[in-house]
Amino acid sequence: MLNRFIRRAPENFLSRDQIQEVRAGRRGFLSGAVAAAASAMVAGRAMAGGDPEIMNLPMHSKGLGQPVAARGYGLPSEWEKNLQRRESPGLTRVPQSSVSFCPLQGLFGIITPSGLHFERHHQGWWDIDPSKHRLMINGSDATMLKRPMVLNMDELMRLPSVSRMHFIECGANTGMEWGNVAVPTVQYTHGMLSCSEFTGVPLRMLLEQCGADFKRARFVLAEGADGSSMTRTIPMSLVMNGEVLVAYGQNGEMLRPENGYPLRLVVPGVQGVSWVKYLRRIELGDMPYATKDESIHYIDLMPDGLHRQYTSIQEVKSVITSPSGGQVLLDKGFHTVTGLAWSGRGKIKRVDVSVDGGRNWKPARLEGPVLSKCLTRFNSDFVWDGKPAFFQSRAIDETGQVQPTYGDLRKVRASRSIYHNNAIQTWALEENGEVKNVQL
Amino acid sequence: MSSFSLSGPGRASFILMFAAWGASTAHADGKVGDRYPGIGRMATPAEVRAWDIDVRPDFKGLPKGQGSVRQGEVLWEAQCASCHGTFGESSDIFTPIAGGITPEDIKSGRVASLMPGSNQPQRTTWMKVATLSTLWDYINRAMPWNAPKSLSTDQVYAVTAYILNLDSIVPADFTLSDANIREVQERLPNRKGTTTAHAMWPGTEFGGSSKPDVQGSACVRDCRKTLVVKSFLPDYARNAHGQLAEQTRLVGGARGADTSRPAAEVFMSNKGPALVATTQVAPENIANATSPRNAAAAAQASVMPLLQKNACTACHAMDSKLLGPSFKDVAGKYKGRADAVNYLAGKIRHGGQGVWGSMPMPPQALSDAESTRLAQWLMRDFSP
Repeated sequence: MLNRFIRRAPENFLSRDQIQEVRAGRRGFLSGAVAAAASAMVAGRAMAGGDPEIMNLPMHSKGLGQPVAARGYGLPSEWEKNLQRRESPGLTRVPQSSVSFCPLQGLFGIITPSGLHFERHHQGWWDIDPSKHRLMINGSDATMLKRPMVLNMDELMRLPSVSRMHFIECGANTGMEWGNVAVPTVQYTHGMLSCSEFTGVPLRMLLEQCGADFKRARFVLAEGADGSSMTRTIPMSLVMNGEVLVAYGQNGEMLRPENGYPLRLVVPGVQGVSWVKYLRRIELGDMPYATKDESIHYIDLMPDGLHRQYTSIQEVKSVITSPSGGQVLLDKGFHTVTGLAWSGRGKIKRVDVSVDGGRNWKPARLEGPVLSKCLTRFNSDFVWDGKPAFFQSRAIDETGQVQPTYGDLRKVRASRSIYHNNAIQTWALEENGEVKNVQL
Repeated sequence: MSSFSLSGPGRASFILMFAAWGASTAHADGKVGDRYPGIGRMATPAEVRAWDIDVRPDFKGLPKGQGSVRQGEVLWEAQCASCHGTFGESSDIFTPIAGGITPEDIKSGRVASLMPGSNQPQRTTWMKVATLSTLWDYINRAMPWNAPKSLSTDQVYAVTAYILNLDSIVPADFTLSDANIREVQERLPNRKGTTTAHAMWPGTEFGGSSKPDVQGSACVRDCRKTLVVKSFLPDYARNAHGQLAEQTRLVGGARGADTSRPAAEVFMSNKGPALVATTQVAPENIANATSPRNAAAAAQASVMPLLQKNACTACHAMDSKLLGPSFKDVAGKYKGRADAVNYLAGKIRHGGQGVWGSMPMPPQALSDAESTRLAQWLMRDFSP
């Protein structure tokens, strides 16, 4: 609460040059600078007749700004530094096999800025020289395709491309919350979620170029070039309908290294672990591959003691991103409740919002575009009267599947699983303005 | 197979080729680039051998070789135990590999500690993996963690044998090889413990259901009678994910909570400029302060305008060091000193240097009454 009383640390009102002077030991300078800053503030506060931010023209209205191309690659404002990818303390022990969560609480619309895209690496990330990267396509035996092929990046980028917007969600997103509340903010509850426009070539096109025998080849293995050479069995139905892409582009530029530069698989609607990064090889086969991440991890333990294997679709889900856990409402009065909805089965049809813990619901506004297997932004009006509230959102997709409550979910799947938690999230707004993560 | 060439069957076939292009290339000759000339080339057999290292559940792709439990133990100690523990039991870095298995599980192919009513705290690899190929394949492609693909084929067999022996799936004198690996597969404790009977695979290959197993309710009015908070973060975990105030944007309808401190008990609305707060606490909230904690909060709220007007909080935070010492440290240092209020009031007005380090505090333009009020707050009412 008191953060509202605290001014930004001096580093933020001293210029970089001034900070250098301080570090260089010219402290006399600093007392002058602090005194100047303080007296400027005093003068501002003392001025009668109007908002000092209006009455006192700021430097940026009275001076010369920075030149073009001062930064060859632009960066967010200095004031936006709070929005960072972050690890959840204690979740993993080694940073190369870990997760960083996307700061959903601060994002607008549906596209995730590439620099804030969540990360999941199993054996560290690399920045691979694209001129040395190759994609091989072969068969588990000679009957699967006519021609095992090798393509380089130049060749892949000469082919007809498509650009499509899709969400990617880790199968373990919200996994820490299966049994009880474990983390404070939407960044950690839902931040293994991002959405980008991906550009690439439909995998089907490449398989056809290889002369694939689709009657025999019912399974696709995708393999990465990194240390773990990640492998996953890819659903052929999504390959055949043209949805699976061999992608090199992300939000208008090449993929970021953390996201698989120069080549990754895009498997819309399917959990992120199948979107193999640093994609080096595609194999066609006549049986599933039971890779590590479909036999030891990313399997769902059911109440009867059986593990569900090859659970791939990310089912209908939504979350309110603001107000959300760990935030404090600035004031009573009007607020916009905003959030994201998505389904691995297609488009979002409807999102409902409740402010009374799911007693009563009203439809939220879906902000376009509403695309298949893509994040959909929703908004809803809220006037805070100072009383406690329990915010929830509930998505319904075009197949008619309704996002379940924790009760619905645990009734069928209990709570020993880690993966595929798509339950309705509750944020409790308390009278002191704080918003907290709770389960009802 | 016949190929669709333009010179052959004529125009009708050409149209057919165009309409069913996928089929046409599937039946084309070995030329690369039927439709996209110059794109890609044939992979050589040597290239395919170099990269096609996957091993399937039917052991297709498994190279010939062998390795003993004893050989595996030596490798394990040298290259694996630092992460996985000597007996594969460690959960310090990765999930544990061994443990939770009984001889009965090896016979039945189902793990008793996964069954309803059991309370196994953590699942090990042997409790989960149903296919031995999975383990061999992953060790071969990805282990050791910091030097993947550095083990020879026989070494992969040896390490796999050692891991199998950790839960007595094979005896200590066992040698695993491509010749006997199928027999060992039939001893895996969870080999019958998986199912694909669900609706979460897009396609019919696994014969799963097309109907999702969980369906929510689309009820819109009076959907629940009771509202009980069953789970929430305990207060002691408030700051476990770091200072949340620094994890949310500094402008907009909400800020991050200051989790370095307990939650405020009253709402303090803030209509001031976003980045330089000018918070005023509603008078009724101060008047309502009855508990000691509320009293301290109210006292703090009452001096806050003064602290902010004079930019004190630019250099001093409540309980953490910024440019200058925290208010908490100042209050603590002078606690019990009889002239503390007068001393601190003077320090505020005249500034100083050297008591808290070399960073100077400039003189502050406060009246005697104002500086005394701040000093009184620090010495009498302050509670971080």
